[in-house]
Amino acid sequence: MSIRDKFIQNFIEEDRYMYLVEGLGTTFTITIFAALIGIVLGFLVAIIRSTADKTGKLKILDVICRVYLTIIRGTPAMIQLLIMFYVVFVLSNNKVFVAVMTFGINSGAYVAEIVRSGIMSVDNGQMEAGRSLGFNYPQTMWYIIMPQAFKNVLPALVNEFIVLLKETSICGYIGLMDLTRGGDIIRSRTYEAFFPLIAVAIIYLVIVMLLTAFVNRLERRLRASER
Amino acid sequence: MQVNDNRTLFEINNLEKSFGDIHVLNGISTEIKAGEVLVIIGPSGSGKSTFLRCLNLLEEPTGGEIYFEGNKINDSKCNVNQLRQKMGMVFQQFNLFPHMTVKKNITIGPVKLLGMSQEEADKKAMELLERVGLPDKADAYPSQLSGGQKQRIAIARSLAMNPDVMLFDEPTSALDPEMVGEVLELMKELAKSGMTMAVVTHEMGFAKEVGTRIVFIDEGNIQEEGTPEEFFGNPKHPRLKDFLAKVLV
Repeated sequence: MSIRDKFIQNFIEEDRYMYLVEGLGTTFTITIFAALIGIVLGFLVAIIRSTADKTGKLKILDVICRVYLTIIRGTPAMIQLLIMFYVVFVLSNNKVFVAVMTFGINSGAYVAEIVRSGIMSVDNGQMEAGRSLGFNYPQTMWYIIMPQAFKNVLPALVNEFIVLLKETSICGYIGLMDLTRGGDIIRSRTYEAFFPLIAVAIIYLVIVMLLTAFVNRLERRLRASER
Repeated sequence: MQVNDNRTLFEINNLEKSFGDIHVLNGISTEIKAGEVLVIIGPSGSGKSTFLRCLNLLEEPTGGEIYFEGNKINDSKCNVNQLRQKMGMVFQQFNLFPHMTVKKNITIGPVKLLGMSQEEADKKAMELLERVGLPDKADAYPSQLSGGQKQRIAIARSLAMNPDVMLFDEPTSALDPEMVGEVLELMKELAKSGMTMAVVTHEMGFAKEVGTRIVFIDEGNIQEEGTPEEFFGNPKHPRLKDFLAKVLV
């Protein structure tokens, strides 16, 4: 068979490309919602942790956050996914929901540490200047510390979402058809590994490159104030 | 603000501060009257900056009392945030907000804390920028300014809150020598306008010329205080004599 025939067989015949299109949709859905959960959770945990570090308050919440970080970062995402599917949400039939929760909670732990390092990198004088103007602690965090912290960690944050996007490729293990599984289904139908797997790899790569280009532009714009 | 109303702004009784086992302030008592320019000098590590930072509770005193405009401030019932709005603070390291323009640096306090409209705050910011001689820098970012310019903006930012008193924590110590003058000049002008000021500094010329009262802090206590004439003309405490001999070369 010629390359052309193989291409047609893998993608055109029986509309097999639709496995990739549908899979990509699932991958996007999971990644986007997991990223949202990850951001909210991560910022929350980061603020609790750094407030506890700086002021000595929120001790109990701080302990809970530490336990969360230790467990999530100390176990493979794959195991977390299986535990969520077979144990925690055993009564749920919504696999996308389970995947979103798993990856959101997983990502939150990494986002938390990234954001916390960003908060810590802002000079203590900024907090003092804000407080001495009369801002309270939350106001100073919101108007003065967080914008600077966010800017400092933006590249690391986008990198985390690139990792997240690629990590969702394990969700085939709970029977979801994401991009990876879509390619694999084509392989199992055509007994041809090269085309579907390379196609999947290229699609991931293009998305990652687009995200990287986006963050580079964003970084340049944000750096306007540092010239 | 009245220059000669002689109202007591700060009354400080037996102020103590320790960090763990280290006693930094050992029972300082003094007062600051409205319109006064109190200059605080002393060797490094003497506790002079800690003393100043206790006045707006950036450091929490571990003993003694501070009264500001009649109210005890080192008290759990005191609203620290409202209190600080009445006290401007200028830092050695300027601490301008790098992610905001100069104008935004000056207006964020009045807009968010005093409920001023952005237009009104902008107008006031421009007046202040005229006053500190930097009206053309309104839209610049702090990183585009020299050290002296940054410190003048930091002073303008504090003034925008209409404080009753200004606290200066070694405002010229981080500056290149040729920029010290422009900041001291602005502070002098501020003092002339009747602003109550407490200034920690190593600038003896400024102390002599602008200070209305000078205190010498060493080992966590006031060792000597007086008018500039008494203070520099006839120092009594041996530590002060020693200190002055070293700094007045």
